[in-house]
Amino acid sequence: MTELLKAQGISKAFGGVHALNNCSLSVEKGSITGLIGPNGSGKTTLFNVMTGYVKPDTGSVVFEGKDITNARPDKVFALGVGRTFQLTRIFARISVLENMLVATQREESWLRGLTRSMSSKSELDSAMEWLDFVGIARLAKLPAGSLSYGQRKLLELAYVLVADPDVILLDEPAGGVNLTLINEIGQKIRALNELGKTFLIVEHNMEFVMSLCHTVTVMHQGSDLVTGAPAEVRSNPLVLDAYLGGSDDDEIIEEIAHG
Amino acid sequence: MLLQKKNLLWVVALVIAFFVPQMITNPAYRQIAVITLIFTACATSWNMFSGYSGYVALGSAAFYGTGAYTMALVANHMHFAGNGDMFWLVPLGGLAAVIVAIPVGLVALRVRRHTFVVITIAIFFVFQLSAINANFTGGTGGLTLPYVPWQIENYHLPFYYVALAILVFSILLSVGVRRSRFGLQLLAIRDDEDRALGLGVKVFPVKLTGFAMSAFTVGMGGALYAMMQGQIYPQFVFDPMFDITIALMAFFGGFGTLLGPIIGGLVLESAQQYLTVTYSNGSLYLILFGVLFLLVILFMPQGIVVFVRDRMAQRQDRLESAAKTASSETPVAQGAHS
Repeated sequence: MTELLKAQGISKAFGGVHALNNCSLSVEKGSITGLIGPNGSGKTTLFNVMTGYVKPDTGSVVFEGKDITNARPDKVFALGVGRTFQLTRIFARISVLENMLVATQREESWLRGLTRSMSSKSELDSAMEWLDFVGIARLAKLPAGSLSYGQRKLLELAYVLVADPDVILLDEPAGGVNLTLINEIGQKIRALNELGKTFLIVEHNMEFVMSLCHTVTVMHQGSDLVTGAPAEVRSNPLVLDAYLGGSDDDEIIEEIAHG
Repeated sequence: MLLQKKNLLWVVALVIAFFVPQMITNPAYRQIAVITLIFTACATSWNMFSGYSGYVALGSAAFYGTGAYTMALVANHMHFAGNGDMFWLVPLGGLAAVIVAIPVGLVALRVRRHTFVVITIAIFFVFQLSAINANFTGGTGGLTLPYVPWQIENYHLPFYYVALAILVFSILLSVGVRRSRFGLQLLAIRDDEDRALGLGVKVFPVKLTGFAMSAFTVGMGGALYAMMQGQIYPQFVFDPMFDITIALMAFFGGFGTLLGPIIGGLVLESAQQYLTVTYSNGSLYLILFGVLFLLVILFMPQGIVVFVRDRMAQRQDRLESAAKTASSETPVAQGAHS
């Protein structure tokens, strides 16, 4: 397998706080890679750096051999890196279908938007297909703001997928979602992975991460601590220490230790 | 079917607008009609950017004044005769406003929300002060345009129809934008700009284009106003009340809706002008406006259009559910209800 997306030696400080400290991460093509770590270990900041929302102080981000370290988020997305947010973000005052259409033209020039209608037949079809895939096609005409939290998570996943990115970064896809829906989301991810999509997932739900991911990287205090298969990571004493030192995540340690 | 009915309403509105000058023959009231159309066009155009993108700009008077001064300066320096030829300078006024709007947007659109509002106000005052203090603008004395020697009875007729054309243009532009991918991107920016950026929307060029496009109509409005008045002063064409007025029109009718600023403009501007002409006390309208806005904000915070639309949707729902219950219930049960 080859590396699709790679962060190398990333450091980022916000004032005196070193959110990331020489952190590296690599995502193999066709894999589901998990990223775990105690709260405040820098997972979301790393996501932000990798998708262009935050500029790193040092280090580089490489996608398909291209340096995208200081590219803007729209550029990163156009190249094929899609992401969702920890706090789900949708466009509340336009319809679910219109939400989907926003993402359809990932490589189009901005001038083209002036001269073309909001959607083409094929874009509408593929938008409806993806809505159907995540199971919210019947809500297409509703304003997105009227969706429940779980439905918003699904919509956010769907509108990232509609642009057909090569790698998808999911920030806590199972956070705040009921158990049935967690399983459903897990199945969708697995199904998409079989179709060749690569995933990088930040998640606190250990069962979810351990059952889904091929490789797991553990972050601690802004650096990558351990990388390996779920079973190796689970039994690694460094990881247990990190969570112990990371204070309030006792339950997670139990989960890591015992699966 | 519904769409056809809607289109028919637009046609009827246009026909009525076409014959308004035949019904109103008093020149003072005709002037009110022209100014109402100009303001309604500006409000529609303002809403096309600010309403769709959520970037509330309060410096559009800078573009209005730019249009007015372009008309005056070019007409004077190119020695235009005082006749209908001067109407050709109206789109030029719009173009000048666009050229001015681009650098303004480059600066102002880097910030968001309240900061953006404040920056646009500040930039507006730069324009007003420049017009007051520069030599080529005639300072506080303003500029006199070539005299248009049309008879007073029908003086306003050509202005009326040009203003109507500008309004129709601004409405068509607003509809076109709403239906385009560009319009969708503006709406996405309004709801969550950073998320839109992460979905490939090139937010800065999109915002700048929308901002400059909305300046075009406003500049044309200013140019037409200058030609009609024959004399312009910096404090009247670079007027902070201009922005308050068009923003309130949009909010009153329905911010971010197509119909809102049109209704708001037609109602508010004609009411204001009428009150000013009828009562010698020029600021009476301010008091009445204050009361009106308190009422609107209290009872229909999203504007008239959204208020009415919601009511109609609710009524429709009630009728449908009533019809459903009626058909499912037995005759006996119905009898019990009555």
